[in-house]
Amino acid sequence: MKPTRRAAIVGVAESDVGRTPDLTVLSQQALAARAALAEAGLAKDDVDAVFTAGNWSWAPSMTLAEYLGIQPAYTDSTNIGGSSFEAHAGHAAAAIEAGLIDVALITYGSTQRTSRSRNAPRPAQLTAQFELPYGLPQPVGAYALAAMRHMHQYGTTSEDLAQVAVATREWARLNPRAYYRDPITVEDVLSSPMISEPLHKLDCCLVTDGGGAVVIAAEDRWPDVATRPVVILGHGETHTHDTISNMPDLTVTGAAQTGPAALRMAGVTLDDVDVAEIYDSFTITVLLTLESLGFCKPGEGRDFVAGGRTAPGGEFPVNTNGGGLSYTIPACTGSSCSSRRPGSCAATSPGPARYRARRSRWYTAPAGCCPQPPPSSSAPVNRNRCDPVSPMIR
Amino acid sequence: MKPVPDADTQPYWAGIAAGELRLQRCAACGLAVFYPRAVCPHCFGAPLTWFTARGTGQVYSYTVVHRAFGEFADQAPFTVALVDLDEGVRMMTRIVDAAPGQVEIGLPVELTVRQIAGAGLACFRPARPPARQPAGAPQAAVR
Repeated sequence: MKPTRRAAIVGVAESDVGRTPDLTVLSQQALAARAALAEAGLAKDDVDAVFTAGNWSWAPSMTLAEYLGIQPAYTDSTNIGGSSFEAHAGHAAAAIEAGLIDVALITYGSTQRTSRSRNAPRPAQLTAQFELPYGLPQPVGAYALAAMRHMHQYGTTSEDLAQVAVATREWARLNPRAYYRDPITVEDVLSSPMISEPLHKLDCCLVTDGGGAVVIAAEDRWPDVATRPVVILGHGETHTHDTISNMPDLTVTGAAQTGPAALRMAGVTLDDVDVAEIYDSFTITVLLTLESLGFCKPGEGRDFVAGGRTAPGGEFPVNTNGGGLSYTIPACTGSSCSSRRPGSCAATSPGPARYRARRSRWYTAPAGCCPQPPPSSSAPVNRNRCDPVSPMIR
Repeated sequence: MKPVPDADTQPYWAGIAAGELRLQRCAACGLAVFYPRAVCPHCFGAPLTWFTARGTGQVYSYTVVHRAFGEFADQAPFTVALVDLDEGVRMMTRIVDAAPGQVEIGLPVELTVRQIAGAGLACFRPARPPARQPAGAPQAAVR
């Protein structure tokens, strides 16, 4: 069903990313929000909805809104991991369609590299009492279990997974802001230290600091904004499990539900999609998501990414800023996914994936959201200086 | 890392302390349930009643952890697995007493309670085929 009052991304920005010892999770979000609103040509007082997520506060949207000086009419701290922000975009679009809000601000911040908080111990209580005491490193161990199962079922190899890391690094080489820009080979991935079999160090995403912000506005505000609105055509969300032992099938992500839902809402098909921004917490994540979204059949992800098909110059570009594997990943990449491209965007939820369409771009993250073709507009496009991407896909 | 038992899970941990694996079964739909709950996640029935599992199953997936953190750091490498129990539920566990390279998906395993980082946990080891005992011979020690 087409929305009656459309929503569009009108501003996108990132704070400094990488290692940011002089920033806090709040200052990262505030600086990114300020830049995103400035890009959109909107003011703080235009914002009537605040979305954020993280484990840095008991009530993140309350903490952040207070810090920013915003009293929202709509507030959401939904935390579903890396896909939170795609879900937030979907929620914002729904609230806009319902007439509840006009301008939504979605932000994220993390100092996980500087504070070395990635593996901070959590209490083994409630459902976690049946997993944490076994010492599986998270999240890599859970993805390792999935990779091992995928290899068993489909014959996927470590070389196949390495192709994803190599192609993503090729994209990072084109991004001056990327954390790692030196070329790597399949052999480099295979000879990097084993972390949790079958995943090597170079199968794993970075651990970086960073903040991001996305401004979403209702159709009636588009004439006021300084950018070319990128309409959110469709979105979908779900979650399949929290503890890894309760993931129904380790080789199928929630993207199998959210991808089709977002496409249906958008009124497009996978054939309309020619670029994908897929959540790449680990190399296996990309294969699972491509398969779950239906870009290829289960078990055929390795063929889909083989031979540089997803690298610069390849048939089907994936993760064009260098992704979480090489560009930046402040824990929950959703915000950086969305901020990858000022432009059209779609959001779907759970199942690592975000992507971009031919006329449009499509992002999904472990949640999912599907963007729409940018409407033709004479408004000047104010490209986000904080979001350098390869000129190849501009 | 010690698990924090609660009102839902206390009978499970009492079972582990007694060397056995206790699961629940839904009185309404008859399906086994793990982890412990107050309401059946399949049919939303209640109550769930406790029973002792056979303690056997097979490996659904596994990983050998080479880089662990906190109190587990010194234990690496170790094998964490998801095991499908014969009763139809899946649980996380450690695989112990296995030769290098012995663990594979589908490997039959059996329960053994071990201490890991100060906590008694349900672990599994490769299942031993039932020994053919000459009549009258004493049972072989299993542990």
